[in-house]
Amino acid sequence: MIRAVFSALIAVTLALPALTQPARAEVEIQEVKTPGGLTAWLVEEHSIPFTALEIWFRGGTSIDRPGKRGAINLMTATLEEGAGDLDALAFTRAKEALAASFKYDVGDDTLSVSAKFLTENRDQAVALLRESLINPRFDQDAIDRVRGQVLSIIRSDQKDPNDIAGNAFNAMAFGDHPYGTDSNGTLDSVAALTRDDILQAHQDSMVRDRMYIGAVGDITPEELSALLDDLLGDLPPSGPALPETIEPALTGGVTVAPFDTPQSVALFGHSGVARDSEDFFPAYLLNTILGGGGFESRLMTEVREKRGLTYGVYSFIVDKDHADMWMGQVQSANGRIADAIDVIRQQWAEIAENGVTEDELIAAKKYMTGAYPLRFDGNGPIANIITGMQIENMPLDYPATRNDKVNAVTLEQVNDVARRYLRPDALRFVVVGQPEGLTSTN
Amino acid sequence: MRLKILSRLAAAVILAAPMMTTSAQASNDLVTDFELDNGMQVVVIEDHRAPVVVHMVWYRAGAADETPGVSGVAHFLEHLLFKGTDTMEPGELSKTVAENGGTDNAFTSHDYTAYFQRVAADRLGLMMTMEADRMKNVRLTEADILTEREVIIEERNQRTENSPQALFREQTMAAQYLNHRYGVPVIGWRHEMETLDLDDALSYYRTFYSPNNAILIVAGDVTPDEVRALAQDHYGPIPANPDLPERIRPSEPAQTAERRMIYRDPRVAQPYVTRSYLAPERDPGDQDTAAALVMLSELLGGGQTGYLTQKLVFEQQVALYTSAYYGGLSLDDTTFGTYIVPAEGVPLEEAEAALDAALAQFIADGVDAEQLDRIKMQVRASQIYERDNVEALARRYGAAMTQGLTIADIQAWPEILQEVTEAEILTAAREVLNRNRAVTGYLMGPEPQPEPQPEPAASPAPATQAEPEVSQ
Repeated sequence: MIRAVFSALIAVTLALPALTQPARAEVEIQEVKTPGGLTAWLVEEHSIPFTALEIWFRGGTSIDRPGKRGAINLMTATLEEGAGDLDALAFTRAKEALAASFKYDVGDDTLSVSAKFLTENRDQAVALLRESLINPRFDQDAIDRVRGQVLSIIRSDQKDPNDIAGNAFNAMAFGDHPYGTDSNGTLDSVAALTRDDILQAHQDSMVRDRMYIGAVGDITPEELSALLDDLLGDLPPSGPALPETIEPALTGGVTVAPFDTPQSVALFGHSGVARDSEDFFPAYLLNTILGGGGFESRLMTEVREKRGLTYGVYSFIVDKDHADMWMGQVQSANGRIADAIDVIRQQWAEIAENGVTEDELIAAKKYMTGAYPLRFDGNGPIANIITGMQIENMPLDYPATRNDKVNAVTLEQVNDVARRYLRPDALRFVVVGQPEGLTSTN
Repeated sequence: MRLKILSRLAAAVILAAPMMTTSAQASNDLVTDFELDNGMQVVVIEDHRAPVVVHMVWYRAGAADETPGVSGVAHFLEHLLFKGTDTMEPGELSKTVAENGGTDNAFTSHDYTAYFQRVAADRLGLMMTMEADRMKNVRLTEADILTEREVIIEERNQRTENSPQALFREQTMAAQYLNHRYGVPVIGWRHEMETLDLDDALSYYRTFYSPNNAILIVAGDVTPDEVRALAQDHYGPIPANPDLPERIRPSEPAQTAERRMIYRDPRVAQPYVTRSYLAPERDPGDQDTAAALVMLSELLGGGQTGYLTQKLVFEQQVALYTSAYYGGLSLDDTTFGTYIVPAEGVPLEEAEAALDAALAQFIADGVDAEQLDRIKMQVRASQIYERDNVEALARRYGAAMTQGLTIADIQAWPEILQEVTEAEILTAAREVLNRNRAVTGYLMGPEPQPEPQPEPAASPAPATQAEPEVSQ
């Protein structure tokens, strides 16, 4: 679930992307509509002769069919294992000969295809990419080969404290909802997947009405428009229903998952803040102050810098498509994790009760607004950002107003959010290890 | 399909190949270098697409430069350099970077220690003020030492103690290097970390931290003239250290016995076999063998089409994964490695035998010319792609220059890669892939518990073997 957390973090990052008034660089986003009815966002950048193309599909592993957990994950991992006339090796050789890069990835909410190709052989590269999206072979031997790899991952995760913690936390928070189980599936569910299940997963998860496209690089709007209909027009129009929204079923307390390892891993959290809530920007600033990743956050200062209890402690706002959480993570030796958790609870309570200071808010605003234009530093990163903006339903001009929204947040708003959302008694800590002085509570 | 275990293995690997070629658009064109009067080298890499700059100071000093007995002190000092100076409060540097919208951190390897900030381009002078300050003026208290020592021990817990793969890798390196400090982990041996003190840290600091042992690298939306002026202002006044020691480390003795090890850990769900050969690194003016080894590692281990994957995963189906790696950037002798993650039910001995047979067959078959062409095409293309990420380019310059190479070596490298011949690759393969100069490691789960045997009715008292005595 560390991976689940990370994918959630990426979603958060992407929720706030875009540029402010960049001091010395401009990023101009164009909307491109194809004759076939597709929409893409484009940033032209002709100084380097290649293009980065992102194609994202909402849904992700959360739309696995009942009893088929792991199908979309296995399908995604098999997309690169042969397409059209080319078996797995021939497909990879063709890609290498073009020096193109295609990556296929899937998280709880989104399946993503990330391509990079040179201008000099763009048409051939796009034709090859098309085969993998529209005509993947899903040969039985390829499915079985990748299945063996997935089963190995699942077995390894069962002995990895980070994964044990993530899976336990998700199971508590989400139960039978798709978020409650590992998107890789189980040893049994993956073993039972058939080629028909993989074909179904492909038809379900890569569909036109949940598709978002971002391109950055050495390509004009006309050129992009011309290639997209051919590349993506033959995908199915629509897929199965998305899951329901769910409130995490977390209660305050500690859950110990015994595992023989010297350092305990703890994940903690309670319910969170929706991305489209008016509380979001105050909450984001608050989280930056609380544990947002810098050395100067409250949690890093108190747990690491003052007490040396950990190498790293973080908090993060997790905005999944169908659930929101406010979470954190810490790792400490088995004999010290109880102390680390005490300090975290104290900080959570301290901020909920007394709020943050004006100085802290000013510093957090400076960080957030100053860091904003720095994200736009490369074709690949910008393609990610503009695709994320679309899936988050942001307007084209969002970048121009984003820092103003951050700067408009008041100390009263932040501390009001702290009072309403940070609930130390509601925090559930899932601790994997042999923690001393901690026992599970209900 | 990318397996998590791979990233764990790959963590051991500093991937070879800064791959660029010389053409009209080569990234060399973006690079300018000069030297300050006090001996500090400066490299500027221009990219004007976004108003961002990465500011890095690299020291030619890493864990392999430590004195025996204080393993981990290079990395410990790196942590302590965030604790404040005569003019900066503890934590002030990072706080200032954050308030300017930037991020900062540092990293330590066997051969270098580097500090960096990523900020808006117009904040470069501020970064230099702070970085120059902590080159000489750090102020540490006993309390700093005690707390931060707990932090690095937790870091070791997180990186190493909690990971059987990392513990296995640590033992492999220790077995690989009998005499050279590459056999000692960068983070340090735990028992030595626990005793690191203020004097240890300051002694390392005074010995190695000075401008004539440092390289300044600035990449992003800046011009060489701007950097030159700022660098002279901020770093120029710091005096060179005339007593900087020469960087000579103990070398490895000839290996006369094959080395094999088994590491068992109940936390291992997926066993595998690694094979690590001692190998030559890229040396200044002498990179041909290293280039052949890069191509060898690509031919054997490059993705789906690598020879080992074709033979062992696709044809024989004895492996889930297999690959090869080579870390050509290294000050002293480096390693060339292969590994095999067996398919379910395949014993490690069988996997190892299949790996050895495939390596021998590769040498017998000779190089697939078309595959070599595809690799060289990707090397050429990487010159285009890498211009999209000058921070990565900056890191490669820093790593190469702190590991003995000159800028001329770095810029000649892509052409040297293009010129590697099939014969050179096979010669390098025959030379390096020698089990008698390697460490073979098995990472395994716990020993299966034997079935409990019924107690014999009247067993004689076992003749217990006394502990062998150790004489004075």
